[in-house]
Amino acid sequence: MRGFDRRAEILWLNRSHRSGYRYVMSTQGDLLHTVTSDNISPQRIRAGRMMVWVAGLGFLAIAAWQALYTFDRVSWGFDTWRPVLFAYLVWATALCGAQVIVRGEEGKRTLFILPAVLFVVSLVVFPLLFGLYISFTDWNLASQDGMKPNGLNNLRQMWNDAFFWNALKNMVYYVLAVFVEYAIAFGLALLLNAQIRARKFFRVVFLLPLMLSPVAVSWMIGKSMMEIRFGPLARLARELGWDRPSFFGTPEMARFMIMAMDAWTFIPFMMIMLLAGLQALPKEVIEASKVDGATPWQSFWEVIFPLMLPVSVTAIVIRIIFKLKLADIIINVTSGGPGGATDSVTSFIFREYRDRSNVGYGTLLAMVYLVLIVIFITVLLKFVSRFMERPQ
Amino acid sequence: MTDTPQIFHDAGTDRTHRAKWWSSRIAIYGALTLWAIICIFPIYWTVTTSFKLAPDVMKGNMVPWWDYTPRWKGWQSLGLSPDVIFQTSTVREEFLKRFWNSLITSVTSSGLAVVLGSLAAYGLSRFSYRFGFMRNSDISFFFLSQMILPPVVLALPFLVLYKSLALLDTRVGLILLYTLMVLPIVIWIMRDQFAGIPVELEEAALVDGLGIWGAFFQIVLPIALPGMVAAFILSLVLTWNEYFFAALLTSTDAKTLPVMVASQTGSQGINWWSMAALSGAAILPLVVVAILLEKYIIKGMAAGAVK
Repeated sequence: MRGFDRRAEILWLNRSHRSGYRYVMSTQGDLLHTVTSDNISPQRIRAGRMMVWVAGLGFLAIAAWQALYTFDRVSWGFDTWRPVLFAYLVWATALCGAQVIVRGEEGKRTLFILPAVLFVVSLVVFPLLFGLYISFTDWNLASQDGMKPNGLNNLRQMWNDAFFWNALKNMVYYVLAVFVEYAIAFGLALLLNAQIRARKFFRVVFLLPLMLSPVAVSWMIGKSMMEIRFGPLARLARELGWDRPSFFGTPEMARFMIMAMDAWTFIPFMMIMLLAGLQALPKEVIEASKVDGATPWQSFWEVIFPLMLPVSVTAIVIRIIFKLKLADIIINVTSGGPGGATDSVTSFIFREYRDRSNVGYGTLLAMVYLVLIVIFITVLLKFVSRFMERPQ
Repeated sequence: MTDTPQIFHDAGTDRTHRAKWWSSRIAIYGALTLWAIICIFPIYWTVTTSFKLAPDVMKGNMVPWWDYTPRWKGWQSLGLSPDVIFQTSTVREEFLKRFWNSLITSVTSSGLAVVLGSLAAYGLSRFSYRFGFMRNSDISFFFLSQMILPPVVLALPFLVLYKSLALLDTRVGLILLYTLMVLPIVIWIMRDQFAGIPVELEEAALVDGLGIWGAFFQIVLPIALPGMVAAFILSLVLTWNEYFFAALLTSTDAKTLPVMVASQTGSQGINWWSMAALSGAAILPLVVVAILLEKYIIKGMAAGAVK
């Protein structure tokens, strides 16, 4: 309503022609309303536009020249494409500056968001398009000929690649493990939210695993604590009556161990989110349920759990998103073994690239994986969005 | 005293209540302690192992000064023990170089992400934009959707791109990628922070003659600072630990600490003490950060979860 009043006021000012200023109404729906009185001369607008065009054309010219040089059409050029990058930066800066020069106050508003947009667009969209092209070539770093487009061969190869489908199947298991992590994390959050002493101490201690790099974790736990002869976990297992403990011998066991290590690092993450949710719960409702004679069990399932649903869903979705990138631990502990049982898609593609230098095929797999993820996440969000507070 | 008859007796229900209370206390603290051990033990194991010798490792000794004597062997192999700290050591130089690389890339990229992300988040929370068909919610979604982009998709195109830009194996290249990686998370946290700051503050500043950028820097930024610290630390954790891109895009100059740790794991065999020292040194900075700045980390992660 406040916005409406202002707009009326501005219209009135406009109609009354009290000054030569052009009153620019702020864009509709702004939370922070500004009434600006820019008086931008045509020369200034022309200068600003010029700036962008000159920088843009300069960038394109340098890029085109360098492309010609790379394809041996012209005799001299730069050693690397780096000058093109600098030209791009100049253009981006000019674009940001021109916002203010051409559009005045309005431009200053755009300036908040423009750098981030330019950054992300240039670092994501361009490589993605380029990746799309690579993925339909037979490019192998080991071969001498460079890349040649090979149509749908890569797709055909993927279709017959049992290891890729196996990795995808593993991803399903890994994602399902999120729900177990969620249960544990919820339990821990409830514990931390209970009336306890030394809460801060426990909170810090529970947080620690999240700080550790997956690579260090793979050595600390996967390679030394689970070492068959001298590792403390192996000793413990022997004490408990498992004669020859082998944590990565059978496929199921190995997969479970990877899940456990990943869970160990990331449970704190969900725990903290859930704890924040628990602390934000309205106390009265829980008290009321107690007064009404609910047992703790009932008050959890009938009051706390339903109230926590939005936070839970958010935590699970974010955790699944992180889980889909799982690779570091697998690469460093099992390299996908035994027989691909622990492979995640990312670690599989990593080896496809590292060991076989198969850039074209690896990129295609990555692209397919991206498409699958986007579909999966979209469906997932559609499905859970009514439980979730909209991240608006 | 003892022979005076007790007048007030606990009712039977009271007694069971107390028993129940005690059992629930024991269960709660038992569970807390168990999980605390699960969290701490690997770290304890790593730190103690870095002071062990081969026989200690093989005998499975656990407690220093009780069943084994701590030695500097592991740290000596890194060139960081007291007796070799003043001698030249190639291993130490290598380690310090990696450490320095990790530090520079993680701090710079987190800082860059916080700057870019805060500006964008502030813009999105205060003004409405229109880029073609994209409105504010679409722009937000565009930023946040970067979170689902798996690193493999970008890795190979970036390898080629960086090769032609001569950014392969440079810190700048890693910094750009890391910034891109944590930017959505920063925006996610900061949007929440700015949404919690009342607009009236800025309106008052505007009335008093500040521009929107002036109001942002002088009024909003100081209030949002704790949130920015939270976002920075969270980014720091992610970038310090990043392995995937570093393994693919760096080889000699810009190699970071996780890559160094990973490259040593296979070759060391039972030389656990040196691996333990290396892992310990790699995780130590963040463990310290966690202990000192736990409040901010929790604040950062709680943002967005709870409205």
